[in-house]
Amino acid sequence: MKKRSLPLRNLARRPVRTALLILLVAFQALAVFGGSLVIFSLRNGLQSLENRLGADIIVIPATARSKVNPESLFLQGTTGYFYMNRDRLEKLENVEGIERISPQLFLASLRASCCSVPVQVIGLEQETDFVVQPWIARSYGRALGLKDVVVGSRVSAAVGESIRIYQENCPVVGKLDATGTGLDTAVYCSMETLAHLLDAARAMGHDLQISGDSAAQVSAVYLKVKDGYDVGKVTDDINVHVRKVEAIQTRNMFSSVSDSLRSVSSVVVWLIAAVWVLALMILLVVFAMMMNERKREFAVFRLLGMSRGQLGGMVRTEAVLCGAAGGLAGIGLALLVILPFSGLIEASLGLPYLMPGAGMIAALGGGTLALCILMSALASLGAAVRLSRVDPGTILREGNG
Amino acid sequence: MTRLTAEGIMKRYFRKAGEANFFEAVGKTDLTLEGGEVTVLMGRSGSGKTTLLHMLGGLLRPTEGRVLLGDTDLYALSDAALSRLRNQRIAVIPQGRSAVETLTVRENILLPGTLYGEAPADMSVAADQWMEALGILPLADSRTRELSGGELRRMAIARALCWKPEVILADEPTGDLDDENTALVLSLLRKTAAEGAAVLIVSHDDAARPGADRAWRMDAGKLIPMDG
Ligand SMILES: Nc1ncnc2c1ncn2[C@@H]1O[C@H](COP(=O)(O)OP(=O)(O)OP(=O)(O)O)[C@@H](O)[C@H]1O
Ligand SMILES: [Mg+2]
Repeated sequence: MKKRSLPLRNLARRPVRTALLILLVAFQALAVFGGSLVIFSLRNGLQSLENRLGADIIVIPATARSKVNPESLFLQGTTGYFYMNRDRLEKLENVEGIERISPQLFLASLRASCCSVPVQVIGLEQETDFVVQPWIARSYGRALGLKDVVVGSRVSAAVGESIRIYQENCPVVGKLDATGTGLDTAVYCSMETLAHLLDAARAMGHDLQISGDSAAQVSAVYLKVKDGYDVGKVTDDINVHVRKVEAIQTRNMFSSVSDSLRSVSSVVVWLIAAVWVLALMILLVVFAMMMNERKREFAVFRLLGMSRGQLGGMVRTEAVLCGAAGGLAGIGLALLVILPFSGLIEASLGLPYLMPGAGMIAALGGGTLALCILMSALASLGAAVRLSRVDPGTILREGNG
Repeated sequence: MTRLTAEGIMKRYFRKAGEANFFEAVGKTDLTLEGGEVTVLMGRSGSGKTTLLHMLGGLLRPTEGRVLLGDTDLYALSDAALSRLRNQRIAVIPQGRSAVETLTVRENILLPGTLYGEAPADMSVAADQWMEALGILPLADSRTRELSGGELRRMAIARALCWKPEVILADEPTGDLDDENTALVLSLLRKTAAEGAAVLIVSHDDAARPGADRAWRMDAGKLIPMDG
């Protein structure tokens, strides 16, 4: 037997007490780690959404709002379609202060073989696109050929397979990184492909409410404003001077999301704080009770020649072991709950939700673990110091008989 | 030769009730325990025996006076130094239960040797011999919670004697033992004294008196020599 093994022995031979302590700490770790992971995922989701929608202004037909809410279409992946004539594009190009401009064409698919849910099919003008292309470039380096598609991370088709959209077989040439938003369920292709698909849909008798040639349609126009121009003013300019369109500033679109994100975050933070304070109080009480219960045991250690420092060290080691075990258990539990159910969390919060990378998760976990260990050590320290101030003789004499 | 000397030690406790707000458990006392001798201390319950013994053992700081082991003033030492001295030179057999409940009987006996560096390898042989001598060897691997009061007492005695301390302070070492075990324990303590240790036995039991080199009686905190 070695002195070093005493703390472990003390813990192992008081399994109920030890389990209680570990459980308490695990509870705290679960709250802190799980809560901060949710908050980080929400922030991360918003960030990636902003990056992905890298335009200052989105212009849609003035009638679009009657068909689908544009915010939920762009942010949450609600499918929908609306069209306007390409001549609007030329009008927009004449607005002052515009650096880049690129149209997209939408089609809502109901019958793609890949998807249990309808997917949004988006056609890009590859020569001008500055919004999606940078993301596509990560998974597919070349221009998209006719019928080639790139799919969002949550579309269940792999590169090399093909998906069926309105009877057309479209080979999947790339898959995008997750954004944690509705964009993850979209399918991207070239403008030509989409016009082709529109024709196919119309040929099958779907009324898409298009007047004229499919190739002459656009659904939304993405704009980037030149440096030195005010985005709000350009937006107003468009709304006043270009007829039959609605210009939306993307920042405003996000503001409702970031508002609700902020309120969800603050609820989570308060929740964490409440759980933390409560558990800390319980932990302090439990430690105080435990020290009281172990008073005689400690006095015997002192009787046999253990110094205050050694006794404190032993108790601290026990606490650190409990803190570490509880911290790891809580973190593990949080991962078990949060990783598989992130889709559910996203759905129930209705906010973009993207797990941070492994490094960030590891850092959060490390921080939580350190916090748990530190807290248990402190909780034990107070109680141990208080006890070791009393002469062991006084404690040994109590309860003689 | 070992010598433990108490110089004018006194212990006063503060009490709220009554007109006197403090109470002298042990009045100014001088006492010397010599190596090779058995000293017996008798006295009524509550007379201050345990209080005196704890002060002698470095477990309870006296209100006044000092305790010297050789030239070392126990209560002038740092806690670390006093603890180490207790570990290596003084063994106290306390009055009540004194087992570490998370350890087995054998682990309890070996515990003092593990606190400052590695215990000598042959100590577990010595521990077994002491358990054998005290009739608790069959309990060696039991958890102490399962033991009777008398078995615990003998464990504490084995734990004290096993490490061959210079000073042995035994508080009612035969309190919960039968006549046979009482005789055994007293003879073991006398034998240890004969080998050079300074032994103090606190007892109600007249059986402790024969064979003692000195005998004292405690009465309301005062030490009175007994004749014979
Ligand atoms: N911490 C304390 N606070 C107040 N009074 C105390 C304290 N410790 C001891 N006393 C009192 O000091 C007196 C002596 O106690 P002590 O335990 O030394 O007696 P004792 O002779 O060992 O008795 P017993 O034979 O019953 O063990 C008692 O009256 C006791 O109440
Ligand atoms: Mg007593």
